[in-house]
Amino acid sequence: MVDTAMMFFWIKNDPEIAQPRNVRMLIATETSEAVSARGLPRAHPPYRKEQAHVTCDRDLSEQTQWMLAIRNNRDRSAFAQLFDFYAPRLKGFVMRTGTSAAEAEEIVQDVMLTVWRKAAQFDPERAQVSGWIYQITRNRQIDVVRRTSRAMPEELKQTDEHEPDAGQILAVEQEASRLKLALARLKPDQRMMVEKAYLGELTHQEIQDETGLPLGTIKSRIRLGLERLRHELKGLREP
Amino acid sequence: MKTITHHIPERLLAAYASGRLPHVFEVVVATHISMCDACRAGFEAHQAMGGVVLDDSDAVDLSDDLKADLMALLDHEMVEPAPAQRDGIFPGPVVEALKSRPPRWKSLGFGVKQSILEAGSEGSLRLLHIPPGQSVPDHGHNGLELTLVLQGSFHDETGAFGVGDLEVADDDLDHTPVAGDGLPCICLAATDAPLKFNSFVPRLLQPLFRI
Repeated sequence: MVDTAMMFFWIKNDPEIAQPRNVRMLIATETSEAVSARGLPRAHPPYRKEQAHVTCDRDLSEQTQWMLAIRNNRDRSAFAQLFDFYAPRLKGFVMRTGTSAAEAEEIVQDVMLTVWRKAAQFDPERAQVSGWIYQITRNRQIDVVRRTSRAMPEELKQTDEHEPDAGQILAVEQEASRLKLALARLKPDQRMMVEKAYLGELTHQEIQDETGLPLGTIKSRIRLGLERLRHELKGLREP
Repeated sequence: MKTITHHIPERLLAAYASGRLPHVFEVVVATHISMCDACRAGFEAHQAMGGVVLDDSDAVDLSDDLKADLMALLDHEMVEPAPAQRDGIFPGPVVEALKSRPPRWKSLGFGVKQSILEAGSEGSLRLLHIPPGQSVPDHGHNGLELTLVLQGSFHDETGAFGVGDLEVADDDLDHTPVAGDGLPCICLAATDAPLKFNSFVPRLLQPLFRI
């Protein structure tokens, strides 16, 4: 299987090779069409080299653009748009686990407020907006049902004055699109198991490899994440 | 720096990312991720997958005033408490579990010490301090036990474990961990059931020491 993420890094690092840009465009187009065919959020158009250094790239998904405007400029209208997109889905997500509509709205409010307050911690080079909000949501749900809040890993120290790399942000978004496709392609019962797992309905004893977690796809996302981490840590070690 | 060779098994990482691990195991997993780039990347991948499930959820209509109420709250900026940072050999999640205090070591004999961080119906979490070359009594498990090395090393029937390595032991494993040479071995260990010691004396001591 062709590994998009690895290919991307390989292309990026080799100025001699011009042709593979087409490969990337093909992959992006295929992903975009397949995703929109399922009525899921639109994937970004193909990546263009000349825009690689633009922070708020028009090629980025609307969600990422809103989130960056919130993070960088405390932009309220961007927050209102982010709210309109995520709040109804969040309510649906929380209610899937049997939470009442009223309680779900309280959680939605808490989560969206945390999104606003912790926006500085959003790192588009490592996380896609939905994944970041997912994490905040599960933390909030745990706080509601448990006495102890969830133990979280140390935050990586953010490098100051670091110009976000639009290419890397796009790569993260593409990986999210690939995960979306992988989920959509599962058999209905497998898909249900995966959804149950991420809704927090399966214990660690119940999550087995047979639940159909698309681990292969997750592994390519992991490689992308690792690449990014190495880059980031290198920046930290070389002041 | 020595490379970490024993990582978090995929299903534990998935359970952690989806928020379904008991707290005592969460602390161990969060500590390992703080020390291990590969598992951090894996954790982030599972977050991305969770984001996909969130995106796919059906949109449900909101109450009329929810948005206006929230927008009004944006002006009340609140300072979130900063997450704990590493202190010496203890990564942030351990510092948090210690409530930013030093460990309160209690002797278990033969130079072995423990500091209990949490003990309840969900399981227990403790730090173990084992002098070089000393063994921890042969013990089996009723449930799951996670042991993460923070300093020094240990080895048992299944392999050798250095700083950052995580041993996952379940019902089937009867093992006798022995601390390696050099620095005392300091581990973070979590179980969801009391340990069963196979020798008589430690079993007598078990209720006393809550191990």
